[in-house]
Amino acid sequence: MFDPVLSFVAAVGQRSLQSVREVGYHFALLVEGFYWLIFGRWRRQPVRLAAIFKEAVGVGVEAIPIVALASFAIGMMLAIQGIYSLRTFGAEGQVVLGIAMSVTREFAPLITGIFVAGRSGSAIAARIGTMQISQEIDALRVIGINPVRYLVAPLLAAMLLTMPALTILSDLVALFGGALYCAGELSLPIGIFFQRTFEILVAQDVLHGVLKSLIFAVIVTLIGAANGFNVSAGAEGVGRATTRSVVLGCIGIILADMVFTFLTSR
Amino acid sequence: MTADLAIDVSHLVTHYGSRKILDDVNVQARQGEIMVIMGGSGSGKSTLLRHLLGLHRPTSGSIKLLGRDITKLNADAMFDLRKNMGVAFQGGALFNSMTVGENVELPLREHTKLDENTIRIMSRMKLEVVNLAGFEDLMPSELSGGMIKRAALARAIVMDPKLLFFDEPSAGLDPVVSAELDELILTLRDAMNMTIVVVTHELESAFKIADRITVLDQGKILMSDTVAALRASEQPRIMSLLNRTPRHDAINADEYMERLTREIF
Repeated sequence: MFDPVLSFVAAVGQRSLQSVREVGYHFALLVEGFYWLIFGRWRRQPVRLAAIFKEAVGVGVEAIPIVALASFAIGMMLAIQGIYSLRTFGAEGQVVLGIAMSVTREFAPLITGIFVAGRSGSAIAARIGTMQISQEIDALRVIGINPVRYLVAPLLAAMLLTMPALTILSDLVALFGGALYCAGELSLPIGIFFQRTFEILVAQDVLHGVLKSLIFAVIVTLIGAANGFNVSAGAEGVGRATTRSVVLGCIGIILADMVFTFLTSR
Repeated sequence: MTADLAIDVSHLVTHYGSRKILDDVNVQARQGEIMVIMGGSGSGKSTLLRHLLGLHRPTSGSIKLLGRDITKLNADAMFDLRKNMGVAFQGGALFNSMTVGENVELPLREHTKLDENTIRIMSRMKLEVVNLAGFEDLMPSELSGGMIKRAALARAIVMDPKLLFFDEPSAGLDPVVSAELDELILTLRDAMNMTIVVVTHELESAFKIADRITVLDQGKILMSDTVAALRASEQPRIMSLLNRTPRHDAINADEYMERLTREIF
């Protein structure tokens, strides 16, 4: 009859197998997405520029207000905490260094990534998932349109274009938030704050954040699309895929951030 | 004989997981014929259609469309063949983010290099054919069930395909609208000499449009013949289908006990 240990081992095995399969699926999706972006023209199925721009507006331009607001708050929060903790050493003046480094290397790409995962990761999963259950994906295939070329490749390109841009915007807005608080608290003119920031920062700091944002762009797109394509159980399945893509997207971003930072910042 | 076969399925076997869905299916249809695939729920007719559309790979057997075996075609050849195939799905499967007009124009945009005005005119012509002229700026969500099916049909025929597949044209429609769709299918065949495959379980509609009826039952072909031959058939399953009598399968007592007591994983 049933052996609890055996069934536990079987369940663990099945879960592991499923995870490996899922990782493989994401990777295949990534390769196929880039394949169509690069070689689509020769296969008579080009990825159209208009489609890329349309997606870029959706995932990038429309995310500007929320990313800017969050970045402003983060910058100000860093200034408050920085001044509070540095005051112990009487080194409030050093807060500019702290804000400049942590914003460009860490907070701007992370906040941007998480907000885009929340906004667009879920939207991608919901859109592709709904298309899957209403047979629109099948309709694309029988018309002779590769769904990855038509749905995923433009998104991937749009994400890779807009995520670094959003990150740089987030850098500037967060620094402005920090500068504003320092102006009030330390009577440090905003101009001087930015002048010192640019003296401290090297190109590599900003580049570090931008590189991360490219990785996050890929993670959000793939997780959203893969969860959408794998929807099977009707409307409830779409809901589950949406939640799953946000949760996995955010956790994926944080883990990738840790690994990337570990590999590049020691 | 085989030269004018538009559809030639031989010894098709398919599985879903470990369950066998289609078992040694053989179906043929000539160019310009309307073939109706009938069968109850779970008979495998949707599976057969999905394989005819090249959406799944069969376990074994061959599916020749317009003389080419789609189980062996590479992606490029399949891409070319798809220009000669049109499909109207059961729920329409119109792209919800596009207007009706954009839906119908999509195959032309993807497969041809025609200029904008020609594409507009051609798609309007097809909307005229299905009596949806003037509806091109509406979104699919603003259409009724019958209009969605007709718009899907317009999209399916916009490339003037040689093969047209129509999944459940009359499902969920009132009798008048579904009779109109039947007329439309006949007109299309007569005007464009299309080979049309219709999947349905509506007897009346099937008898009206079919040149050949294929009856599927539990993954096997019961019969694939003309309407007259089907009516004359004395096979009990077919008679019960025609007379709409419920089926009474003899239950094997041992198998029944086995199913009930089988260990559940």
